[in-house]
Amino acid sequence: MVEQQFLEQLKRAFAIAKKDLRIYYKRGPVVIFGLIMPLFLFLAFSIGRSMPMEQLFMGLLGMTLFFSSMSIGPAIVPFEARSGTLERLVSTPVSIWAIFIGDVIASFIYGLLISTVPVTIGLFLGVNITHFLILCFGIILAAFCFASFGVLLSAYPPTDVPSTVMMISNLVKFPLIFISGVFIPIHGWGRIIASISPLTYFIDLVNYCTHGTSYYSVIVDFAALAGFTLLFLIAAVKIHEKTLPERLR
Amino acid sequence: MESAIEVKDLTKNYGEITAVDHISFEVRKGEIFGFLGPNGAGKTTTIRILTGVIRPDSGTATIMGYNVLKETLKAKQIISVVPEMANAYIDLTAWQNLMLIGELYGVPKKERQERARRLLKEFGLYERRNHLVRGFSKGMKQKLILCMALMTEPQVLFLDEPTSGLDVESARLIRDTIRRYNEDGTTVFLSTHNMEEANKLCDRIAIINYGKIAAIDSPENLRMESSSLKSVEVSFNKPVLANELTEIPNVTETKKIGDKIRLYTNKPHNVINSLMDYTRSKSLMIISLNTLAPTLEDVFIKLTKEHRKD
Repeated sequence: MVEQQFLEQLKRAFAIAKKDLRIYYKRGPVVIFGLIMPLFLFLAFSIGRSMPMEQLFMGLLGMTLFFSSMSIGPAIVPFEARSGTLERLVSTPVSIWAIFIGDVIASFIYGLLISTVPVTIGLFLGVNITHFLILCFGIILAAFCFASFGVLLSAYPPTDVPSTVMMISNLVKFPLIFISGVFIPIHGWGRIIASISPLTYFIDLVNYCTHGTSYYSVIVDFAALAGFTLLFLIAAVKIHEKTLPERLR
Repeated sequence: MESAIEVKDLTKNYGEITAVDHISFEVRKGEIFGFLGPNGAGKTTTIRILTGVIRPDSGTATIMGYNVLKETLKAKQIISVVPEMANAYIDLTAWQNLMLIGELYGVPKKERQERARRLLKEFGLYERRNHLVRGFSKGMKQKLILCMALMTEPQVLFLDEPTSGLDVESARLIRDTIRRYNEDGTTVFLSTHNMEEANKLCDRIAIINYGKIAAIDSPENLRMESSSLKSVEVSFNKPVLANELTEIPNVTETKKIGDKIRLYTNKPHNVINSLMDYTRSKSLMIISLNTLAPTLEDVFIKLTKEHRKD
């Protein structure tokens, strides 16, 4: 009975995800922060430097997946609070957790789809991916982790102004890009700071899949990403549940 | 008759403001229940609590026996809402909006397609089904929102100001639809400003003001019970000051309405006799004379004023 209810709610979460993808993939903030921004950052890091192809691939994939998976999530709730559609959603027989899981699923699918571009480019340019299956699992887990993080970032403050949420989310995203060793490897004490970023573990995984070496073991990378995912997911649902009445006032 | 909605001692505060103040009422199965009140009276807050959007600070509410606070999803499954603000997804088509609602209520695919087709045809939106809602007029949006609410074939339908700002034809279509679905057994909870709408549609009406229920009864009983609001309307062949007529015995208040003077009284017969004496003494002639029963609007204003004094 409980399982059946859970599955029914999950089905409804997928309906919300479908709606999110239809509406938000072409919204200005999503396109700017999900596609254009990582492309520019990639160019800023790579132009004029003689970097090995594998290093460039790692940077492009890490940045694209991180930005695209986190682009839809923060935009949805403030947009919907402003347009009044959030109230309609809340009045339907869908649990609050299912509404936000739906948003996470939409961001996850978007990130996953966009990540196929750098992977295809990498394969086309002859990047040697020695552990392709591990890379695929890594992309899936990391996309879900970053998507949950994106939805968490829209939980507080409970505003209905999308630009406020986007600003806060960028304030968090940019430092994480720099401390995660996306383009420049981190050494020494910087490693301690890097360990607080989920992106670090994904970059480490990509490093393992392309170079065959990594700072952490593959199991630690996967465990860390899974741990961050769970933490972000629970925190996102709990904080959204708490701040929802404020948005609906 | 069984209750569709039962509300006991419901209270909701926003900081220091009490939006809903210990209200209790019940809505019977199959009736159209009107919820009347001025702006900020607590109508929308009550609907939001009953539809599970916000939680009350205290009190209980059940819908078809389901506790709104403890069995929220079960209660939400059997209700539908037409909220005050138009809120279909403007970047989806009319069809996509209806399919989404169907999916969120777990309506099987074939059934939701059939229902959507029938409703869109019924409301004259079928030809526009694949157009984005962004391009719809206010009336079309409101019709679509009603379609979305009816997609789930609800047992209880909540409508918050459903005809506000609509043209006459759209408003009439919506009122006719409410009536038809009610005849088919849907219980309707209607919040409105429109006295005429409440008078024509509702079996019973609750008047809410400052978060408190001022009265609950049928529109007819509410009018009849307000005997002090009975009036006599008179016009003379010469101008007469309304103030002068307050001295007539049993007249509680006078009002100048165009070229007529309305005299409020609970004894119209006596006032008419006194008016005859008055016209003779002043050498006046009566052009027209009518006795008026109070309108729902009169009752509403009286009750909300009394409540303010309390």
